[in-house]
Amino acid sequence: MAGKAESLNGTVKSGSNQSGPAAMQASAFKADLSNMISLKSFKLKTKQQELLIRVSILLLVYVLAFITRLFSVLRYESMIHEFDPYFNYRTTLFLTEKGFYEFWNWFDSESWYPLGRIIGGTLYPGLMVTAALIYWLMRFLRFAVHIREVCVLTAPFFASNTTLVAYFFGKEIWDSGAGLVAAALIAICPGYISRSVAGSYDNEGVAIFALLLTFYLFVKAVNTGSLAWSLASAFGYFYMVSAWGGYVFIINLIPLYVLVLLITGRYSMRLYVAYNCMYILGMLLAMQIRFVGFQHVQSGEHMAAMGVFFLIQVFYFLDWVRHALADAKLFEAFLRITVTTAVSFGAIALGVGTASGYISPWTGRFYSLLDPTYAKDHIPIIASVSEHQPTAWSSFMFDFHILLFFFPAGLYFCFKRLSDATIFIVMYGLTSMYFAGVMVRLILVATPAVCLISAIAVSATVKNLAQLVRAKSKAVQSGSSKGTSTAKGSSKGLVDQSQPFQRNGAIVLLLGAFYLLSRYATHCTWVTSEAYSSPSIVLAARGAHGNRVIFDDYREAYYWLRQNTPPDAKVMSWWDYGYQITAMGNRTVIVDNNTWNNTHIATVGRAMSSYEDEAYEIMRSLDVDYVLVVFGGVTGYSSDDINKFLWMVRIGGGVFPVIKEPDYLVNGEYRVDKGAAPKMLNCLMYKLCYYRFGELTTEYGKPPGYDRARGVEIGNKDVKLEYLEEAFTTQNWIVRIYKVKPPKNRW
Amino acid sequence: MAKSTSKDAQDLLRALWSAYSATPTNLKIIDLYVIFAVFTALIQVVYMALVGSFPFNSFLSGVLSCVGTAVLAVCLRIQVNKENKEFKDLAPERAFADFVLCNLVLHLVIMNFLG
Repeated sequence: MAGKAESLNGTVKSGSNQSGPAAMQASAFKADLSNMISLKSFKLKTKQQELLIRVSILLLVYVLAFITRLFSVLRYESMIHEFDPYFNYRTTLFLTEKGFYEFWNWFDSESWYPLGRIIGGTLYPGLMVTAALIYWLMRFLRFAVHIREVCVLTAPFFASNTTLVAYFFGKEIWDSGAGLVAAALIAICPGYISRSVAGSYDNEGVAIFALLLTFYLFVKAVNTGSLAWSLASAFGYFYMVSAWGGYVFIINLIPLYVLVLLITGRYSMRLYVAYNCMYILGMLLAMQIRFVGFQHVQSGEHMAAMGVFFLIQVFYFLDWVRHALADAKLFEAFLRITVTTAVSFGAIALGVGTASGYISPWTGRFYSLLDPTYAKDHIPIIASVSEHQPTAWSSFMFDFHILLFFFPAGLYFCFKRLSDATIFIVMYGLTSMYFAGVMVRLILVATPAVCLISAIAVSATVKNLAQLVRAKSKAVQSGSSKGTSTAKGSSKGLVDQSQPFQRNGAIVLLLGAFYLLSRYATHCTWVTSEAYSSPSIVLAARGAHGNRVIFDDYREAYYWLRQNTPPDAKVMSWWDYGYQITAMGNRTVIVDNNTWNNTHIATVGRAMSSYEDEAYEIMRSLDVDYVLVVFGGVTGYSSDDINKFLWMVRIGGGVFPVIKEPDYLVNGEYRVDKGAAPKMLNCLMYKLCYYRFGELTTEYGKPPGYDRARGVEIGNKDVKLEYLEEAFTTQNWIVRIYKVKPPKNRW
Repeated sequence: MAKSTSKDAQDLLRALWSAYSATPTNLKIIDLYVIFAVFTALIQVVYMALVGSFPFNSFLSGVLSCVGTAVLAVCLRIQVNKENKEFKDLAPERAFADFVLCNLVLHLVIMNFLG
């Protein structure tokens, strides 16, 4: 008996190690497997065996989703990645040390000097509170973990939970087979992994879980018409609001969905119950987050939900009247009057609200989503962020791989079996795909939808094919097997008549599907290990002999700041590095990644792009002690300040017209060599980056002062600094820190 | 024209009234409750228009409490109505329990928001 149980586990495991195909195999051959086992007189009923297999697959997927995100921890170390996570880490640290009330009332004087920032009222606290709760729970259970470990592993943990939600969601909209496939697909989908590897401690890691949970619970509420599920979805929405600004997507998608159902005549009482309860309670709960506040009743982005809320009341009332009135003609007249009144009333309310400024218009960020060219023309600070660029086809392929092909097929299956739930997933898929095309980072939002719809395609296809194969093989074996029902027999008969090579075709197609899915698994693992697991705070490169070279310059510089500068020193840098300097260097910064004050950033941009004496005035006025620049000329690191410089000019020029972009270009071309514009060669940023660089030979066979990131010899090798002095340059010159000299005391 | 319209309206109201009087008493009680809640919300909105919306959270919590109560009661009405076939297998006791749970959450949040 024990031996048999082991053999069963063995089968399941050997299939599931590749996850994608595993879930498929299992769902397809579930019955086959159970037949086989029952032949071996394994004393479990078919239902129980299926349950056992399903649970074990889910468990494996759960574990897989976690461990596939650990590449970065294994390769580097357990640390926080990138820029924003450092802020989240710093606030979490504060929360665990000082407690919730202190956190809620925290005024941070270390950032945005001299303005400061009210942290409690300007952040989404969901992530920090979640991590702190996990930390306190671990402590309570006597696991002496450090808060950093908790932060590093939060995102993978929530990714694992997302697979579970995906399973239940798939089960709700299609069947449990599709749920299993969806769980397996989303566990390793690169589009999701890119934001949830260990160490990328960012809002999105938690938010995608919350997003999918909210959608799942809402669909469940629509299907059952139960207040309890609707309440649960309101809580899911609350969690989402507390975690990420992307909640606006939910509060617009759900009303849109309700509207589509109303228009297509699929209005039902269940929908009424689900939407109303979810909207009212969700809105109230969301208002408890201070950063969101009254936006649900005041900002234009949330008005659609309110409009649909009133519309559905009118709809309900009309439905009730029609039900009560037997006379069709009377109802017609009534309908006309009511609809006219309701529409005109709504229009007047909206018009008055907008005109009086009570309802704020749509924000620039929202516009830039609807119109991809908007940000470029109007808000350079949004357009300057690389993850806000429109998506290239290659990155779609990179992040979705074969799901891109399964997606349309899944849409076909959804339309074939149209129900309230499939309409929802179709709308979610289509809208999020559009947004994913507008902005790179929104691929993340589309990923769950793409995985679910693809899972439907895979599951439905494989199920059909497997049925064909099995029907035939049974006919070949014997007619005496009692499992074949009459329906199956008749379909088999039909199949026999229609196409002679159907069975072989089905086997070939099945093998093809398995091949594709195994390619998907390989691709995902490769992408995760190669592209998405680098922390970007520690850089890695291949050396001349193919060995791995690690550049740990950032942390070197930040620790230097922490150890060697006065505690009240103010550091000026471009805003990208603000969070890292405050978190790791523990020094006050002028601007940071929370780009709430455009003028302040523009001032820094202006200082960087002015001549040294002008910049000195600005830096004196901002009370700057140190200037930090990031320079990749020695290592060939391309996302350094020289390459970001044009954005500084643009953002600075947007507020201060003295800064003009053409002054830094030669014939519309951006260059740093001898042919560069004179202003470029003498501006502060150029001087700080290339100070003493002219003496350095970076590459064998090239002249001194050869910039490896841009592949040119620099134009101004004799850089003299008058108002600043070099304080520290890291080992590979990636970070350079300068001290601002005090004013001369005689002249 | 005006005469015929007003006659139509009268007909309509009469027909509606006669249809409505056939509804069971428990539903009528819920209807009364809903009307009361909506009416309270309207009073608050009028008061806000006259006096101003200064503690905006208090105003919002007051109005949303009424609207929420009304909407939840309508949901309860839908679920316990025998004529709705969609909710045949939902026991009235279960519907009422859900209703109470939602109201509990609603008013706990309202209390937090009132401040």
